Amino acid sequence: MNFEFSEEQQMLREQARGFLTEHCSTSVVRAVLDSNEDWDAGLWKKVADMGWTATVIPEAYGGLGLSYYELAILAEEMGRSAAPLPFSSSLYLASEAIRHFGNESQKSEWLPKLASGECVATVAMAERAGRLVLDQLQTRRTDSQITGHKVPVADASVADVAVVLARSDQGLEACLVPLKQEGVVISPVLTFDTSRGHSAITFDRADAQALGDAPLDPADWERVIDGAAVLFAWEQLGVAESALIQARDYALQRFAFGRAIGSYQAIKHKLANMYVKNTLARSNAYYGVWALAEGSDELPLAAATARVAAIQASTYAAEENIQTHGGMGFTWEFDCHFYYRRAKLLSLAIGSEAVWQDRLVSALTEQTVAA
Amino acid sequence: MDFNDTSEEARFREEAAAWLAENAPTDEAFRALSPLEQAKQWQKCKYDAGWACIGWAPEFGGRGASPIEEVIWRQEESRYDLPASFFLIGQGMIGPTLMAWASDEDKARYLPPLASGEEVWCQLFSEPAGGSDLAALRTRAERDGEDWVINGQKIWTSGAHYSDYGVVVVRTDPTVAKHKGLSYFYVDMKAPGVEIKPIKQLTGDSDFNEVYFTDVRVSDSQRLGEVGQGWQVSLTTLMNERAAIGSSFGQMDVSLALSVAQEVEIDGHPALEDAAVRTKIANWYVQESGLKYTGYRSLTALSRGALPGPENSIGKLVGAPKMQAMSSYLMDLLGASGAIADEALATKAGIIQRAYMGAPGLRIAGGTDEIMANIIAERVLGLPQEPRLDKGIPFNEVPTG
Repeated sequence: MNFEFSEEQQMLREQARGFLTEHCSTSVVRAVLDSNEDWDAGLWKKVADMGWTATVIPEAYGGLGLSYYELAILAEEMGRSAAPLPFSSSLYLASEAIRHFGNESQKSEWLPKLASGECVATVAMAERAGRLVLDQLQTRRTDSQITGHKVPVADASVADVAVVLARSDQGLEACLVPLKQEGVVISPVLTFDTSRGHSAITFDRADAQALGDAPLDPADWERVIDGAAVLFAWEQLGVAESALIQARDYALQRFAFGRAIGSYQAIKHKLANMYVKNTLARSNAYYGVWALAEGSDELPLAAATARVAAIQASTYAAEENIQTHGGMGFTWEFDCHFYYRRAKLLSLAIGSEAVWQDRLVSALTEQTVAA
Repeated sequence: MDFNDTSEEARFREEAAAWLAENAPTDEAFRALSPLEQAKQWQKCKYDAGWACIGWAPEFGGRGASPIEEVIWRQEESRYDLPASFFLIGQGMIGPTLMAWASDEDKARYLPPLASGEEVWCQLFSEPAGGSDLAALRTRAERDGEDWVINGQKIWTSGAHYSDYGVVVVRTDPTVAKHKGLSYFYVDMKAPGVEIKPIKQLTGDSDFNEVYFTDVRVSDSQRLGEVGQGWQVSLTTLMNERAAIGSSFGQMDVSLALSVAQEVEIDGHPALEDAAVRTKIANWYVQESGLKYTGYRSLTALSRGALPGPENSIGKLVGAPKMQAMSSYLMDLLGASGAIADEALATKAGIIQRAYMGAPGLRIAGGTDEIMANIIAERVLGLPQEPRLDKGIPFNEVPTG
């Protein structure tokens, strides 16, 4: 049985945690929330200089060619620090889509710039409220031009390129669309987590190429989303852990009726429940990253399980962390709301809880039939 | 990451599997024996071949196996339908206590027959007035020359009626604080004055007993630890209450839920197609899978020769309520026929109904849900204990309600 990260990977975790503790303290997150900025560009540069943006991109395209185990570790640390960075959009989603579906020239053009961090990419999927239905997308590509409206798109205002889900006469496509061009209008959209900018994008006959110059098998797209779900789960787990630690520390330090509130069972049991959910989420995230890194057929089940567990753990921990803090937890001044925002934001991207519960049972049924 | 054995572990697994294939009894004559007789016969067979209590030192009947080898052995043995539960408390909890606290003479006398199954032990801790608050126990032992005389009542004693010996924690000094006045003895369960009465559970079964002590004489040489040190000795026993790694909760798992949800219909469609049903099943799978892979993480620590982290402490707190919730919901899906427990008529031969009726016991035994949550909060998260009104007060002055 070898169901644990290697020593080198553990060292990467320590290094990443140390780096983010120093360079992404809660005051860094707060500064972005307090400003009109959509991210911390200086922090992105530092993270890129550490090589993190290059983690899983193959060496042939200027990346480090490391495994998803390393990226999962970094994802957790990003979540712990609630980093105001487009890490998930650029690394878990867009880079992966380009890498899996792009043709040689598309990969050669973009992957080296994404690996170095000089460019940021995002994915534009949603068009309206409700579940994403791939065969009802309204955004169309005809010839080499794309037209449509995507909202909300995370990190679009800081991205150089977007992978845009659209339809053409051939069917579903993931289109590569440089964002700094005529025909692309990006307007800010207010969300509850302004430490990550969100936008609406209108494409009006903008230049676009289908990744791989071909229609996309929806199953292949779902495969990329499964991979992203694993990495999102690790980031959400980091958020959950930070919320638990913050709640625990406050419960030890805050006194009421002459004793630490952490000595009341009402608080203890709440925190024990957080620990239980976080532990389930962590173990399922291990399962997810194992399936992703080893290319297992179990990925659809492992990804959905990791994702559902992480959604449940992170939203519970973030909500009950505020509750543990009482009134002070509801203030702007305390940091509790960073995790409350981020936990929910990450839970809404790439399909929310019910979507993944549904995928989980489908995968479970298929896997049972196959076995 | 992978789920494979190291080459050393694989060799051990092969050896264990080969011995089991050769020796595990499957014949009719064996099946005709009572479960206790089966268990004793199988245990003796293992003992004679060096496969009993394999983690124990050879002089006590084991083979000094590593923790990961113990796990591998349990995995291989569990492939066979063999009774084992009769010895769990004695070998799992009391054996390690004897090793830590008994005299060399007693260790040599009692450990080998405990390993071989020839002598069965039970644990006499809980009392009507001391459950979650175990140290509030009132059974007393009074000194009489070289002997002690025990009077009082124990409860929830598994297997008292077929045990040869028991370990008992008693109050030897009621004038000092609760934890300080306890002492720990082993007793002969056949001694005069020991009376055992089965408790009928709400399931109708009787897995536990009340044990009454009336002027039961034990020699001072049967004491483990010093007089007044009984609480520390008890902790040794309780710490060995193994969170059996990767253990499941009977047959109530998601595959059973899937099967029921495929058979039962809602509005003319399999219940499995219903969104609410899918949500429930997904949530149970998250718990089941989370426990499974938590177990794998602990096994990895064992495999590397390290101690597992505290993560396994969540097992019962997740598993027991899940068993109750799942069996309750599956009966809901069955509608009125969910009430049928008759094995011949019930869907899934009554497993679901038995699980529902048994679940309240699992949520209480070995630490209630609430105590398990306290343990996580205090020992894992480092939160303080509740203030205790009986702290530092002589036991005989503590309010008893």
